[in-house]
Amino acid sequence: MNALLLGAVAYDPKVVTIWEGFRRWLGGRGFEFDFVLYSGYERQVEDLLAGRVDVAWNSPLAWVRARRLAAAAGVEVRAVAMRDTDRDLTTAVVVRSDAPLTSPADLRGRTVAVGAADSPQATLLPLSLLRSAGLEPGSDVKVRRHDVGVGLHGDHIGGEREAAIALRDGLADAACVTDANLLLFGREGTLVPGSTRVLAQTAPYDHCVMAAGPGADRASAERFAELLLGMSYADPEARPLLDLEGLTRWLPGRTSGYAALEAAVDESGFYDREGGVRAGDRRP
Amino acid sequence: MPVTVDLETLGLDTGGHLLVQRALAGLRPGGRLRVRGSHPQLALHLGAWCRARGHRVELAGDAPLIVKGAADELRWAGAERAGLPGQVSGRADPRWGLAARGALVEAGGPPLDVAWAERDLVWAEVAPRLYARAAAAQWDPATAVDWSAAGDLPDDVEDAVVQVMTYLVENEHAALIVPARMLANLHPHFREVMQLLAAQVADEARHVEVFTRRALLRRDAPGVSGAGGRASLRTLLDETDFTLASFLLSVLGEGSFVDLLKFLDRHAPDPVTAAVTRLAARDEARHVAFGVAHTAHVVRADPAFLSRLRTAVERRHEALRDTAGLNREVSDSLVVLAAGSWEPAAIRRGWDAVRRLRSEMDEGRRRRLAHIGFPDDEAAELSALHTRNFM
Repeated sequence: MNALLLGAVAYDPKVVTIWEGFRRWLGGRGFEFDFVLYSGYERQVEDLLAGRVDVAWNSPLAWVRARRLAAAAGVEVRAVAMRDTDRDLTTAVVVRSDAPLTSPADLRGRTVAVGAADSPQATLLPLSLLRSAGLEPGSDVKVRRHDVGVGLHGDHIGGEREAAIALRDGLADAACVTDANLLLFGREGTLVPGSTRVLAQTAPYDHCVMAAGPGADRASAERFAELLLGMSYADPEARPLLDLEGLTRWLPGRTSGYAALEAAVDESGFYDREGGVRAGDRRP
Repeated sequence: MPVTVDLETLGLDTGGHLLVQRALAGLRPGGRLRVRGSHPQLALHLGAWCRARGHRVELAGDAPLIVKGAADELRWAGAERAGLPGQVSGRADPRWGLAARGALVEAGGPPLDVAWAERDLVWAEVAPRLYARAAAAQWDPATAVDWSAAGDLPDDVEDAVVQVMTYLVENEHAALIVPARMLANLHPHFREVMQLLAAQVADEARHVEVFTRRALLRRDAPGVSGAGGRASLRTLLDETDFTLASFLLSVLGEGSFVDLLKFLDRHAPDPVTAAVTRLAARDEARHVAFGVAHTAHVVRADPAFLSRLRTAVERRHEALRDTAGLNREVSDSLVVLAAGSWEPAAIRRGWDAVRRLRSEMDEGRRRRLAHIGFPDDEAAELSALHTRNFM
């Protein structure tokens, strides 16, 4: 059996430490594994579909695109594992506490700060939430985008932090941030606790997912998933890797948490139905 | 019924998680905690906070309900204590790393890469008492010495003082570096030895300061540094074994040095020279006490170690066979310093005093070697092989 090859996006230098650690840990259990790092998700998804990598550690948006590309090509991609921390996130539309705004519709004619163009959590999903409240981004509300780390699908926190700062500094009337980052920004003081309130929040959605592509040997991909699911937080060798990757345990992959993002992608025309990348400025 | 915690108006962005954590600590994995509170973002915060910590949160009821995950318990599942707080272990586990003695150590992390992790290779029962004494006896060079009291000495007596101080400084450099190296390779489980060596290093740093200051009190530059003296001190730095380094430096070298410092105090031509040598002698006596107690401890555990001590003395003697030993400038200066003047009768007194000093040093070394476990004849033989450079 050849080594299973994983693709991952290097959104931070720690990604090298993480996957080298996983390679060592998996190797110690007799599982041959290697990885390649990408500077962005689009090429990773294309390589997954082309069989150049067996599995891809996909952002939710990368999962949506991979699924569309696979369906169009008549091949299969499978969600084999995800982190416990990938399930049931929400994004909040936050306003300043003293703002005279009580519902999303009150944002009409105002400015909403979002993250990077390709951030599912800080841009695509919350803008879809506004659409469902009858506000078309770009015409009914002005969108102030913060394109930090475009290509990384919002993995870089910078876009969200800049959106929060824009709200704080009066450059925007609302900001879109995930629940975890809203808590973080309060704790680190980027947003003074009590200075903001939540105007609306998305329904729960899922985040990253480990996807097996059409080129993966099925038994090998299953063994890989089985080993991941067996990683214990009690294992002192595995624990630092889990901490770095931000989970306490791996769970089976599920695909039920991406419907809202599929809709948001369609509404915004981010990808076409076949997973093709639409025009637009997405330079890193 | 789930346990309940009430955060009142407190948010998780201003410390509320501490109350939640405290309440969860009393539950087993799977246990349920109801979180009440009026912070408008309580549910949102709890969702994010619990997700990151492996807890589940249910938002259906009138207040969020946390179902405790297993991560906290799993994290500490393989933890063990770094020995007992009140007892020095025979062997310090490198996996304890830098943890306090007796601390609960999470499994994992890099092991500590130190050479000295066996109690009997570094220990002496007197170490805790010596450390306490060292900590209580630290002194401030700025105030412990009356630097204005030096007065003016005849030029050549001042020159002799400057030369002796120059020699003392280079000896103190060696006496600082050797314990610093021992310290860097010692498992911190042997806390009292580590602290004692640290105090020893600080002592030597102070000695370097006061001897330098005395040397430059009336002169622009210190005296000379002989090649033979430096060669002798270099052999101390070359010794990598903890006990052999302690033996050569403290038992033999610093032991002789204490006699020298007392001699300088006794014959000092000015109060500053007397004060700095007296203060240094007190510190050095502690260093000698540990060296002797530690070496004796090792020999009690392993009497065959005496032959390694003997070999170390012989090896150092061999290495120094072709060097001149104490340089003439230092040796002459000691005579002049003890004489206090160039009157022939005074020089004779100085000469006799230095001769007595050498004999006191020899007696001291023999006494300490005998205490460690050498028969008297062997102690005399080894003392005679000690470097002529004193340290």
